[in-house]
Amino acid sequence: MTQSKTNETLALDMRGIVKEFPGVLANDDVDFTLCQGEIHALLGENGAGKSTLMNVLSGLYRPEAGEIYLYGEKVELHSPRDAIDAGIGMVHQHFMLVPTLSVAENVVLGDPSVSYIINYEELDKQIGDIAEQFGLDIDPKAKIWQLSVGEQQRVEILKMLYQGAKILILDEPTAVLTPQEVTELFKTLREMTASGRSVIFISHKLDEVLEISDRVTVLRRGKVSAEVVSAETTKAGLAKTMVGREVIFRIEKKQSEPGGVVLEIDKVNALNDRGLPALRNLSLSIRSGEVVGIAGVAGNGQTELAAVINGMREVESGRILLNGVDITNKPATISIDAGMAYIPADRTGVGSAPSLSVEDNVIMKAYRKPPLSHGWSLDLKEIARYATDLVKRFNVKTPSIKTQSRLLSGGNLQKMILARELSREPVAITAVYPSRGLDAGATEDVHERLIEERDRGAAIFLVSEDLDELLSLSDRIAVIYEGQIVGEVPPDDDRIEEIGLLMAGTAVASSSPAAG
Amino acid sequence: MQLKVERRLEVPGWMSLLAIIVAVIAALFIGGILLAYGGLNPVVAYKQMFKIAFTDKYSLSDTLVKATPLLLASLGVTVAFRMKLWNIGAEGQLLIGAWGATLVALFLLPKDTSRPVMLLVMVIAGFIGGGLWGLIPGVLKAYLNVNEIITSLMLTYVAVFFNNYFIYGPWSAGGFGLTAQFPKSAWFPRLLDYADPYPYFRGMTAHTGFLLGVLVAFILYALFKRSQWGYKTKLIGDNPNAARFAGINIRRQIMLAFLISGGLAGLAGMSEVAGVVHRLQESFSPGYGFTAIIVAWLANLNPLLVIIVAYLFGGLLVGGDAIQPAGIPLMIQGIIMFCVISASLLTRYRVRFVRKDKVIST
Ligand SMILES: Nc1ncnc2c1ncn2[C@@H]1O[C@H](COP(=O)(O)OP(=O)(O)OP(=O)(O)O)[C@@H](O)[C@H]1O
Ligand SMILES: [Mg+2]
Repeated sequence: MTQSKTNETLALDMRGIVKEFPGVLANDDVDFTLCQGEIHALLGENGAGKSTLMNVLSGLYRPEAGEIYLYGEKVELHSPRDAIDAGIGMVHQHFMLVPTLSVAENVVLGDPSVSYIINYEELDKQIGDIAEQFGLDIDPKAKIWQLSVGEQQRVEILKMLYQGAKILILDEPTAVLTPQEVTELFKTLREMTASGRSVIFISHKLDEVLEISDRVTVLRRGKVSAEVVSAETTKAGLAKTMVGREVIFRIEKKQSEPGGVVLEIDKVNALNDRGLPALRNLSLSIRSGEVVGIAGVAGNGQTELAAVINGMREVESGRILLNGVDITNKPATISIDAGMAYIPADRTGVGSAPSLSVEDNVIMKAYRKPPLSHGWSLDLKEIARYATDLVKRFNVKTPSIKTQSRLLSGGNLQKMILARELSREPVAITAVYPSRGLDAGATEDVHERLIEERDRGAAIFLVSEDLDELLSLSDRIAVIYEGQIVGEVPPDDDRIEEIGLLMAGTAVASSSPAAG
Repeated sequence: MQLKVERRLEVPGWMSLLAIIVAVIAALFIGGILLAYGGLNPVVAYKQMFKIAFTDKYSLSDTLVKATPLLLASLGVTVAFRMKLWNIGAEGQLLIGAWGATLVALFLLPKDTSRPVMLLVMVIAGFIGGGLWGLIPGVLKAYLNVNEIITSLMLTYVAVFFNNYFIYGPWSAGGFGLTAQFPKSAWFPRLLDYADPYPYFRGMTAHTGFLLGVLVAFILYALFKRSQWGYKTKLIGDNPNAARFAGINIRRQIMLAFLISGGLAGLAGMSEVAGVVHRLQESFSPGYGFTAIIVAWLANLNPLLVIIVAYLFGGLLVGGDAIQPAGIPLMIQGIIMFCVISASLLTRYRVRFVRKDKVIST
């Protein structure tokens, strides 16, 4: 492909990029090209080096070797500023917006050409125009803290467009989006390519990749393992080049054999971060040996529900029982000791301590008890053994157990959290977006582990925005809308429509109402 | 050509160390310019300082004396800083620790109490005094999220007036700003006390407080490395949300950290009155609690390094005392702190030259 294109149509040509970190060769002689007007997807297993390659392109990392050509001209990018000036914009997975400022203010932040006295009327109009041109539905006057994650992402994209990005890099943009928001994002991306811009798109969701991209480059262990035209490949084919083996997308599981009630949520009311009601009189019970999936549009209380069950958020009223023990508003140690595992949605903000080692991170819930500690003191040898074992069993790719967890790739960080939570034979598991950021192989792995836990007798509370994941794992699906369970539907492909209507708050369930 | 300053993504470990060394050298250099401006030959002055602080056995002992309160107070500061609690009120905690020890030595225990009992109770009282003083900002932080920098600093001034009330009022010896001298049983053993069997120790005033400090440093080192408490401290310091997620009671840990932090600073005060001044008197501390912050920071919050850095700073104080004008050590300390902070900020950036017309050099 690369050779058949003439230099003029190539927006970007990266040649022989090498980037090494202590203990890992993250990019090993990578060639990557991007045509003008193209959407080029970058695929690869967790830790394959995708983010690294894009960080090189956006001026964050300096490669050890390799050259970058933009529109035929060789460039050296020393800093993100250089990259922006050269027309390269990157939207990272963690947004970098100022919550108390407005959309327009955030967009012009860092633009040296804006004068000290801002003409807000003009600015809002200018930014509104760009937003409209690319179909980005956003109010320039809104404050960032009022926006949903999807809207914040639009602000990031808007910012890049305002700064004149001709090449836009999106690192796993859809991981945090609802299906509706994904559709909107794709519309925007098509607008952008229609106007001659180019897009690099990283995702682990193969369906999306096939839908939106023109070409796909697959990275494997830092090397390019394939470069294909999207129209000429299939989901299974992509998965195989990525992982190196066949991947099953829907796991086989036997009929569940639910036992007694393990987790009982009784008429719970709770507030969200802004002090508004997030859960209203919500009741739900989960029995041992079953997976209850929660379907709902983001922001309807599912993350708050997960936090409440795990002692991370106080309830205003109502009760939560774990195996008959009242854990309402009790410290998290109570539910941890009672055998609760929690895979939180926010893995860097809550689920891990970024500057601590992998070892320190995996013992977070087990350090208080033997064999990891005796009385006051920690058994360092035992801890190292424990951590090494978990890293191996859960296939976490890390140079060593002493590596800081912030240096792990997104997917490997998630695996580290899964290792910590699932290794303790929990009686109940709260899993919020458990496969977010995981590659196809790792997702399959997590699904299998969750089902294994179910069959062992754990009660599993699953929150996901991925309907396929919900349908494939759940034994029952409860739909949440505005902080209430509005219906319960069996996980049947034919019932998707019904689930969708319930999620939108427009229908009443035909089957049994919420369990109480 | 144009200068561009860019943010560095990763700061290599060796660079932090280099930054500290460069900062200290720069500070001595700047200090030298100021010395020269004041009419002193900086080379001669520094030589003199070094000679006085580190060369003969008496000055080595004097350096140990000055290093002792620095060591204990720095260890206290280290405990709080490790949890990212900015306790900058060690000076106040030190003063109240000294007050507590004085209370025991002069008023609570009879004069003829045996030395070990007397000193042990004084150590406990010093720790509790400083600890409770530290606990005030701790409680305010834990329950009301009041900024601990402000409260701990302000409480230092309260502590000064608190002590002044006692030494000029009820505890005053004849209306001066000092109490009566402690009974001998309340004195830390000094090297010179052993001059009879070992004449070598004659005239050396180093006292048991330093050993206490070294002991505490090793205990803290072990606790940080291999205790549950050390682990919790580390976790809260890095990500309080994750700590909460792990089931740690953050409020309790904040208060405990302030209690220990203040308690160790209190021990510094206790050791100063029991080992050096043998009474409570006005301004017996030339700001050890503040210098302790610089020491802890230079030692990278490592208790064992604190021993070394505290010793070097003790030398700076001793050497500085010997040359005139007397403000020199304080000035150099200030410059060192300034340089260290600037240097650690600067390590996060790199400077690069680019041609003006082109931002992207080809
Ligand atoms: N700053 C860093 N320091 C050290 N190692 C790093 C750093 N950044 C990334 N790595 C390592 O480089 C490898 C590639 O990481 P990268 O983040 O590029 O993976 P990725 O393909 O984006 O994976 P994922 O799909 O999980 O996000 C990983 O092994 C990671 O641990
Ligand atoms: Mg990544």
